[in-house]
Amino acid sequence: MWATRWLAKPAVFVACLLPAMRLTAGAFGMLGVSLGADPVAALLHGCGRWTLNFLMITLCMTPLRDLTGSVWPLRFRRMFGLFAFFYVLLHLSVYVFLDQKGKTNTVWQEIAKRPYITIGVLALALLLPLAATSTTRMMRRLGKRWTQLHRLIYPIAILGVCHFWWQVKSDIRQPLLYATGLTMLLGYRLWRQRKALLRVSAARFARPDAA
Amino acid sequence: MKQRASKPSRIAASDITPPERYLSRRAILAAGVGLGLAQGIRGIVPNALGQAAGAPGAALAYTHNAKYSTLEAPNSYEDISTYNNYYEFGTDKQDPAQESRSFRTSPWNVTIGGEAEITGTFSLEDILKPHALEERIYRLRCVEAWSMIIPWIGFPLGDLLKRFKPTSKAKFVEFKTLYDPKQMPGERTSVLDWPYVEGLRIDEAMHPLAILAVGLYGKAIPNQNGAPLRLIVPWKYGFKGIKAIVAIKFVEHAPRTTWALSAPNEYGFFANVNPAVDHPRWSQASERHIGAGLFAARRPTLPFNGYADEVASLYSGLDLRKYF
Repeated sequence: MWATRWLAKPAVFVACLLPAMRLTAGAFGMLGVSLGADPVAALLHGCGRWTLNFLMITLCMTPLRDLTGSVWPLRFRRMFGLFAFFYVLLHLSVYVFLDQKGKTNTVWQEIAKRPYITIGVLALALLLPLAATSTTRMMRRLGKRWTQLHRLIYPIAILGVCHFWWQVKSDIRQPLLYATGLTMLLGYRLWRQRKALLRVSAARFARPDAA
Repeated sequence: MKQRASKPSRIAASDITPPERYLSRRAILAAGVGLGLAQGIRGIVPNALGQAAGAPGAALAYTHNAKYSTLEAPNSYEDISTYNNYYEFGTDKQDPAQESRSFRTSPWNVTIGGEAEITGTFSLEDILKPHALEERIYRLRCVEAWSMIIPWIGFPLGDLLKRFKPTSKAKFVEFKTLYDPKQMPGERTSVLDWPYVEGLRIDEAMHPLAILAVGLYGKAIPNQNGAPLRLIVPWKYGFKGIKAIVAIKFVEHAPRTTWALSAPNEYGFFANVNPAVDHPRWSQASERHIGAGLFAARRPTLPFNGYADEVASLYSGLDLRKYF
């Protein structure tokens, strides 16, 4: 417990910050990092990509627990989820302030007019209550409803992958990769749920009073 | 573009070419003229082009065309040669510079076909021989809403086309890129329908602003920018500028062009830069200027990419919303 709290968690925390640090260094041309000819696009796409990555990593934790039989992965799930939120806020900030230069009128118009932006913003909006209820206190206070609320991560991840897919010009290989990963992660949950249901009905069937 | 001088309001102070740049440009020009006087300009051009076909980066002899050049400061050679949309070499912007390193541009043949009196397959040297090279500093507007200023070296496309005596049936010109999946890794994927095809209406192709480029910044054009021969149509979105051309065909009907086939509702045959007609998925009203920095304002996109005075008349009576 001590090692997790004071060694593993800080180490993972710093590792999660590395992409943001690399992008920041590149944006200001520090440490020899360059974002190429179009730094605004590189920042925008970089933060978007890491949002998706962290959503995927977060969704990997439950299957990983089942696979390893260790609860260890779950100790990091909240941190990964919050990093997805952190990167999506960066992504939005880069879009609003660097790409659209803070012209909020244009931003609102674009959100309304371009479906891929609309669903991106919707995904971000759905993440807000999850981030807000991520504390242990909220978890205790909401009890069973917390679990229900946090299932929002599934539609959020689907919207995120659609948001990515929709803006690609013709090369769909990258979004396809995310879509495949996500299908597997969500498919696993369906399969597990089905298995649990079967187990329950089998158990009920086996009870003597059911006969 | 002369009109820029008379409309200073369009130019930001930062856009004016810094003196060290135009002074060095004049030095190049003087050197070119000097050589031309010594050897006869016609004599040295094929020579320089022989080098162009064989050695990317070889210096070219050319004159600067001020009439058709913008006064805005060109982007750096680095930006122009590392940020490319050239799907034959990969779909990431930095892929073409990496993947085209060993691309062979010599020997290179171009097949001229279709509705013309003279047709056949010609070596690049024969294609280029009669044409004197000019520097044209053009604006480039990508359909993805970013822009650059690029000092191309080339010659008017119309001058080349006229040599082959197109017939009255030649209403359009079709261009094709090399299809060689061994050399072009992108052609091994199904990202687009290969080979890349582009086309122009014959009057567009004959317009003096439409050029074939063989050079960039005074040197033979880098592979990732379309070596050894590419099209530049500055009033249209960048994807019209087909690269590594191996075939030019005079045709009666509008060719089916690659991007228009890939997504007909998003990319039209004309693809004229038009701030009033959005791409279905993003606005075309403004553009991010490459090299302007993180905090620079977006620039308003100009009709026909700022070349309206020269080319708008080509489209009088055409509904530009329908024929986008």
